[in-house]
Amino acid sequence: MAYVNPATDEPGTTPVPLAPAGYFDAASTLPLRPAAREALLAALDLGFADPSRRYRDAARARALLDQARESVAAVIGARPDDVSFATSGTQAAHLAVLGLAKGRVRVGNRILTSAVEHSSVLQATRAVPDGQSETIPVDEYGVVQPDSVAAAIGDGDVALVAVQSANHEVGTRQPINEISALLTSHNIPLIVDAAQTLGRDDLPRGWDVLTASAHKWGGPAGVGLLAIKQGTRWRSPLPDDLHEGGRIPGFTAIPQIVAAAVALTEADSERHSESARLRLLTDKLRQVLPTLISDSVVLGHPNDRLPHIVTLSVAYVPGEALLADLDRAGFAISSGSSCVAEALTPSHVLVAMGALTQGNLRISLPPGAPESEVDRFIAVLPTIVANVRESIGAGDL
Amino acid sequence: MTIDGHYDLVLDERGSLCPMPIIALARQTKETPDATILLLSDDPAAVSDVPAWCAMRSRVLLATGEAADGHGHAFLVAPTSDPELDLL
Repeated sequence: MAYVNPATDEPGTTPVPLAPAGYFDAASTLPLRPAAREALLAALDLGFADPSRRYRDAARARALLDQARESVAAVIGARPDDVSFATSGTQAAHLAVLGLAKGRVRVGNRILTSAVEHSSVLQATRAVPDGQSETIPVDEYGVVQPDSVAAAIGDGDVALVAVQSANHEVGTRQPINEISALLTSHNIPLIVDAAQTLGRDDLPRGWDVLTASAHKWGGPAGVGLLAIKQGTRWRSPLPDDLHEGGRIPGFTAIPQIVAAAVALTEADSERHSESARLRLLTDKLRQVLPTLISDSVVLGHPNDRLPHIVTLSVAYVPGEALLADLDRAGFAISSGSSCVAEALTPSHVLVAMGALTQGNLRISLPPGAPESEVDRFIAVLPTIVANVRESIGAGDL
Repeated sequence: MTIDGHYDLVLDERGSLCPMPIIALARQTKETPDATILLLSDDPAAVSDVPAWCAMRSRVLLATGEAADGHGHAFLVAPTSDPELDLL
């Protein structure tokens, strides 16, 4: 049957896959978009100079950087001056937390985050000097309910709250706009980690500080996004340095930033039709997999979720064995199971949700993932699960 | 805190890691479906997986706590029809 674009109900061409067949780990990273590769190669030559100098080459580098900043600002709905480019999403998350905590040190030392934040955010909260790090519980879908945020604020002394736009392991979206309204009434700034949302899904507007990572939208590695809305009391926790408005130390990676901006513009322009297409595929995975695999459960919110992530836990199998067999079958997938983690503890996200952690699979589709590959996955997974169960003596359960 | 309550048999899975404690629990439940089982486990994943498995298989997790000898966690798992349900 011809492909029909679900966003427009019109026949269209299936988009060119961005990643190799069977690469279902888009939530970890994506390959560089071809347009970004071209921009990177051009900018390596055109944008090599120090943008703070006063000669022609410097002016050209500065113009490229300004243009990249403007296009990223347009996508996230911010002023160009709000946008700075970090060296990774992790650095952006660290600086968001540490800098906001420093700017708000006279107001309070309590640092509140959801229990399901990315580890870079959680680790940063523990590094705040004299800070008191606290987590806000989530429901069974991984949702941070605004009531839970209100309860966590309690008597005050809150320096900041950090809540992701959507969860990186189960795809559940967070009610950022409701949480933002609540925090605004308390005069508390909100950090939103949008690493999984930017370029893939609608970005909520209610943030004071926004962080993201370019390699997750098909830009190059080595570029993070740190956007700070005007009027937010943020102070650099690092030694004084003039780069990126005093926010990010060190020489600015202009060619990579230019490529990141090109990739984001492309990702953002294609995402409306592409996310509708991917949502149909993840709906299919969510519906079919539990019917084909006994004692398995799909995690995360059924509707209010990212279009491209499906997470499944399968009882009586180690996640590690599933990943190995899936790799042999040509599928790249990640897992939050304890046997996959170096510390042999299950993912803090799954634990916070009270979810089954064994046999955990996060299937995250890259842009352009063909339906045929999703169907092939549905065809092979039940057999792989049955074989692993058989091999550890759980075939009869 | 250790846990109180009647149980029919003890399943000591301490020393085995995910997914083995849940496999043992599922197997025991299959063999003695009417028994209330005291599962002992020191696997960090069990704290999350035992309640999640009980919810998935409609077993009743009557209580959780520390094992009586202080080594690992204890889970009291009952069939849905267990009369102790009425006491809760």
